[in-house]
Amino acid sequence: MTTKVIPLLDAAILRQAALDAVVKLWPAKLVRNPVMFVTAIVALLVTMLLLRDLATGRGGLLFAGQLAAWLWFTVLFANFAEAIAEGRGKAHADALRATRSETRAKLLSSSDDDKWESKAADLLVVGDIVLVEAGDIVPADGEVIEGIASVNESAVTGESAPVIRESGGDRSAVTGGTTVISDWIKVRVTAEPGSSFLDRMIALVEGAQRQKTPNELALSILLSGMTLIFLIAVVTLWGLAGYSGTVLSVTVLAALLVTLIPTTIGGLLSAIGIAGMDRLIRFNVIATSGRAVEAAGDVDTLLLDKTGTITYGNRLAAAFIPVPGKTDRDVAEAALLSSLADETPEGRSIVALAMGQFGQAEPNAGHLGATFIPFSAQTRISGIDLGGRSIRKGAVDAILKSTGTTIESTFAAFRDAVESISRSGGTPLAVADGQTLIGVIHLKDVVKPGIKERFAALRAMGIKTVMVTGDNPVTAAAIASEAGVDDYIAEATPQDKLAYIKAEQAKGRLIAMCGDGTNDAPALAQADVGVAMQTGTQAAREAGNMVDLDSNPTKLIEVTEIGKQLLMTRGSLTTFSIANDVAKYFAIIPALFLATYPELGALNVMRLETPESAILSAVIFNALVIIALIPLALKGISYRPIGAAALLRRNLLVYGLGGLVAPFVGIKIIDIVVTTLRLA
Amino acid sequence: MTIFGWLQIAVVLGAVLLCAWPLGLYMARVFSGEKTPISPLVRPIERAFYAASGIRPEKEQSWLSYTLAMLTFNALGFLILYVLLRLQGNLPLNPQGFSGVAPDLAFNTAMSFVTNTNWQAYGGETTMSHLVQMAGLAVQNFLSAATGIALAIAVTRAFARSSAQTLGNFWVDMTRATLYVLLPLSVLLAIAFVLSGMPQTLAGSVEATTLEGAKQTIALGPVASQEAIKQLGTNGGGFFNANAAHPFENPNAWTNMLSIWSMLLISTALTFTFGRMVGDGHQGVALLIAMYTLLIAATGVVYWAETSGNRLLTQAGVEATAGNMEGKEVRFGQALSALYVVATTALSCGAVNTMHDSLTPLGGLVPMFMIQLGEILPGGVGSGLYGMIVVAILTVFIAGLMVGRTPEYLGKKIEAREMKLAILALLVLPMAILGFSAISAMMPKALESLANAGPHGLSEILYAFSSAAGNNGSAFAGLNANTPWYNTTLGLSMLLGRFAYVVPVMALAGAVAAKKKVPASGGTFPTDSGLFVGLLIGVILILGGLQYFPALALGPIVEHVLMHAGKTF
Repeated sequence: MTTKVIPLLDAAILRQAALDAVVKLWPAKLVRNPVMFVTAIVALLVTMLLLRDLATGRGGLLFAGQLAAWLWFTVLFANFAEAIAEGRGKAHADALRATRSETRAKLLSSSDDDKWESKAADLLVVGDIVLVEAGDIVPADGEVIEGIASVNESAVTGESAPVIRESGGDRSAVTGGTTVISDWIKVRVTAEPGSSFLDRMIALVEGAQRQKTPNELALSILLSGMTLIFLIAVVTLWGLAGYSGTVLSVTVLAALLVTLIPTTIGGLLSAIGIAGMDRLIRFNVIATSGRAVEAAGDVDTLLLDKTGTITYGNRLAAAFIPVPGKTDRDVAEAALLSSLADETPEGRSIVALAMGQFGQAEPNAGHLGATFIPFSAQTRISGIDLGGRSIRKGAVDAILKSTGTTIESTFAAFRDAVESISRSGGTPLAVADGQTLIGVIHLKDVVKPGIKERFAALRAMGIKTVMVTGDNPVTAAAIASEAGVDDYIAEATPQDKLAYIKAEQAKGRLIAMCGDGTNDAPALAQADVGVAMQTGTQAAREAGNMVDLDSNPTKLIEVTEIGKQLLMTRGSLTTFSIANDVAKYFAIIPALFLATYPELGALNVMRLETPESAILSAVIFNALVIIALIPLALKGISYRPIGAAALLRRNLLVYGLGGLVAPFVGIKIIDIVVTTLRLA
Repeated sequence: MTIFGWLQIAVVLGAVLLCAWPLGLYMARVFSGEKTPISPLVRPIERAFYAASGIRPEKEQSWLSYTLAMLTFNALGFLILYVLLRLQGNLPLNPQGFSGVAPDLAFNTAMSFVTNTNWQAYGGETTMSHLVQMAGLAVQNFLSAATGIALAIAVTRAFARSSAQTLGNFWVDMTRATLYVLLPLSVLLAIAFVLSGMPQTLAGSVEATTLEGAKQTIALGPVASQEAIKQLGTNGGGFFNANAAHPFENPNAWTNMLSIWSMLLISTALTFTFGRMVGDGHQGVALLIAMYTLLIAATGVVYWAETSGNRLLTQAGVEATAGNMEGKEVRFGQALSALYVVATTALSCGAVNTMHDSLTPLGGLVPMFMIQLGEILPGGVGSGLYGMIVVAILTVFIAGLMVGRTPEYLGKKIEAREMKLAILALLVLPMAILGFSAISAMMPKALESLANAGPHGLSEILYAFSSAAGNNGSAFAGLNANTPWYNTTLGLSMLLGRFAYVVPVMALAGAVAAKKKVPASGGTFPTDSGLFVGLLIGVILILGGLQYFPALALGPIVEHVLMHAGKTF
């Protein structure tokens, strides 16, 4: 899915959205959005009055007609915004749906049977066992019960490199819609047709099952409350104006009401929510609900596995330390030679370090008539016999034993080096040539570059990072301080993880974690935001409330940012919407009472031409601002980890102050256009 | 405006802050059930009350039973006062021999005193017997204030506690508010008032012979003791019709300063109580700064508007240096009159030492707007604090969204339920104020009560309903409110403004108390920062402004523009 990037405003989507905007005028759909529902009712009322005036041949039709049109436009623009957001989701969904069509499954009667019958994929039930061979599409979500195969999952992940799926272990889950490209597997179906992973994904990106998230609900209540308050203010104004000798027409009161109620945020609210989900999907993360996305923005503590997330997961050579009388080049040479045949990641890292940092040329061992001594778990030593030299490297005690010495009788410098490496959480390897010790190789868990900065950014966001590792506390502490995490759980078992999450939650914190193994499932389920890796087991994927299709655990950080962005966009546009009202009052109130109190013209600070043009301009501005803000609603306002207070100051300045000033300018410009065109 | 004037204002406000701080911390001890210096004296009395009424003080109540207890208690208070008023003619301690009060006035008055409004559609010295003044009105002065304090303490506990089901015991909070706070302070203040020349007697009136030889009846009574609780409890109901402008109710500059000090004292102190009880003093101070910034700014506007005077009067040859002195007492001066005007309206006190009707249009807009902002600056005793908390929740909600987190206030997440209840409370005032004003403005019968035509008349109506719904009780005057229509609708406004407001607020407190207290993190928006105070002020002003701007534009604002154009009404 990442392969196809949909531009922010795609022509085809816009066309479809324009149509959908009209369809969404259907009352049953409109009523979901109280602000827009009120706007539509008001527009209808004004239209009916217009028709009555048309029938009775009253004057002022041009003004009332334009007003009615712009009120309808306000509703249509809001529908349009929602339709665009949905359209972008649908485009993703269509791409997904294409992979699912017309799949046939090879149904086996039992797991040890090899005969199969063809059955349509959407007729499979949970528990069915199917055979998937090279070239076949996996017909449903399931678990591999036999065999091993490489699977192309690009249909769901967009990643074309095939992955291995095999029975047992943590790589046993397969997803419907993916393609087996070599070998065969037997799969037990684990999802009902229509509720498979792909189906849920389609439903989510389409926004079909969209329910209001908790914050969205709270905001809707606030907006409905504001609408009610303005309804009271506007309706009572009729009475107060009557006292003052002004009979206000329903049409102008309707205009005032619609400009005052928070139509801007009301119109864009659902578009913001859909766009937030869509952003997440473009990051290749599927959330099972909008609630989870919102919760991600609230996360206080992030639980991260050390291996693969914080470190590369393998111990890599970091330094060569010689014994007295030798140079580090001697150690490098010996280490290189002894590791030539060592195909473990550690061995390769030693070769890389020796050749890279120390510029050792790659010796052509074959030509030297060398004998390789491969690594074995018994000896814990590997090495090379080369023209009379027998160079060995391996665990310190094993090497010492082979050289016939004890740790006490070695050089003090050697002892110190071994000790300090162990203390820092690294692994020391000794290098010897025959009976002579040459030096020590420092193997350590290498922290991924840039990860420290990411943790610093998280800290600035107010999120605590916790590293989970099976290492002993000494090693864990060393890596924790190097990576810059706030806390760590050493020698962690799945139970430890679960207990830690529960303890943090009891303190009122929201926890996010990611995991892939079956033993992660309880913790994933317990965490407020559980991101399962796509490569993980079915159990893990079921337990989490998000699935990362790229299986990249650091993505939790982006997920959190998207959650925050979602709330910020809503909050900022709400502020903008409310701040706008000040200017609208200054435009409309003097216009309403110009006949009774010409002196109130003092409030007409924008110097709008006529009362009609003032009211019309305010209504037009109110409608156009929805259109103008659609790109912002879809993109979301940018999040920067600069701390809550700084963030608020920035957003207040832009959307609060901006919201106060912008309509004064906008309404004035529209007024000039309206009067120039003699529309009012 | 003069430096000396501002100095007077600064001295009074400084004295309030200086005394409110220890009082606030003292109240925090009182309501947490801790020992206080006066405990040895008061504790036995308190225990006796519980024993006599069968209350188990250690048994706490849920928000619902707390609220029901409060409503029952106030309903009873209303009933007793209503009966007292109706039957006053047949009851003792009635030296002037006043007859029973008419049903609509009795309803209005009883409601007025139970809701801490103290709107007076009557002249005190010519309507109420000493028994009603002391056993009816003064008792409600204590009880309505104590109710307010108890409610504020319950709401405070909601934020102080984590995953709690109870908010305290209403009867205990009431008793303690009365015995530990209101009574001792009232006694001290009454003595101070008597010492500075206020009458305190059970005699009805004295006959005096004027220099012209005419007979004059000068009303007297237990003024000082009434005054003390009237100010301390932000009640505002005067003993005399002229309220604090009367030479017996407010004899000199000293009593005037003491009056302002005493009406601001408890509401201000409660912000410190709030800070102490939620475990973070800065939180209370933040609310206090927001309150006082607006209070001082408003005082500045009134002071400026009044000293700028009225151009029309200057043209008519009136000496302009003193500004607009119509309706003001020379013994108080411009500065302390301005402070009194703003304090009494920002406080829901409603005592007046100046005729608000005689203020310049802009000077009159300010007190009206202060009431419409919800009586939270710092507001009535107790009601000001919980009103402010509702606005703070609204502010936090918008601010919280803008920093990308589920909004939280004092570690409590603000979600849909809290929002719903806060909005429900916020709807009450505009509905009562604008609704009844608009109806009255269109009713010929209601318009007969007006003394002035044009926008000033509209201001009079608007002010009356603002005052009633805001539980303020001050009058703009110029409106004859003692008619069945106004007595009934204003009484209803008071009822709505007090109880329809506080029930959702208590439900909100219940919801908040049940929530887990979330520890603050770097992503939490700090609610004790200058930024929050600024935002809170912005929300108060914009929210209030947006609701009442059209109404105010047709009242004081247009009157101001017209005055400059030379038109009067």
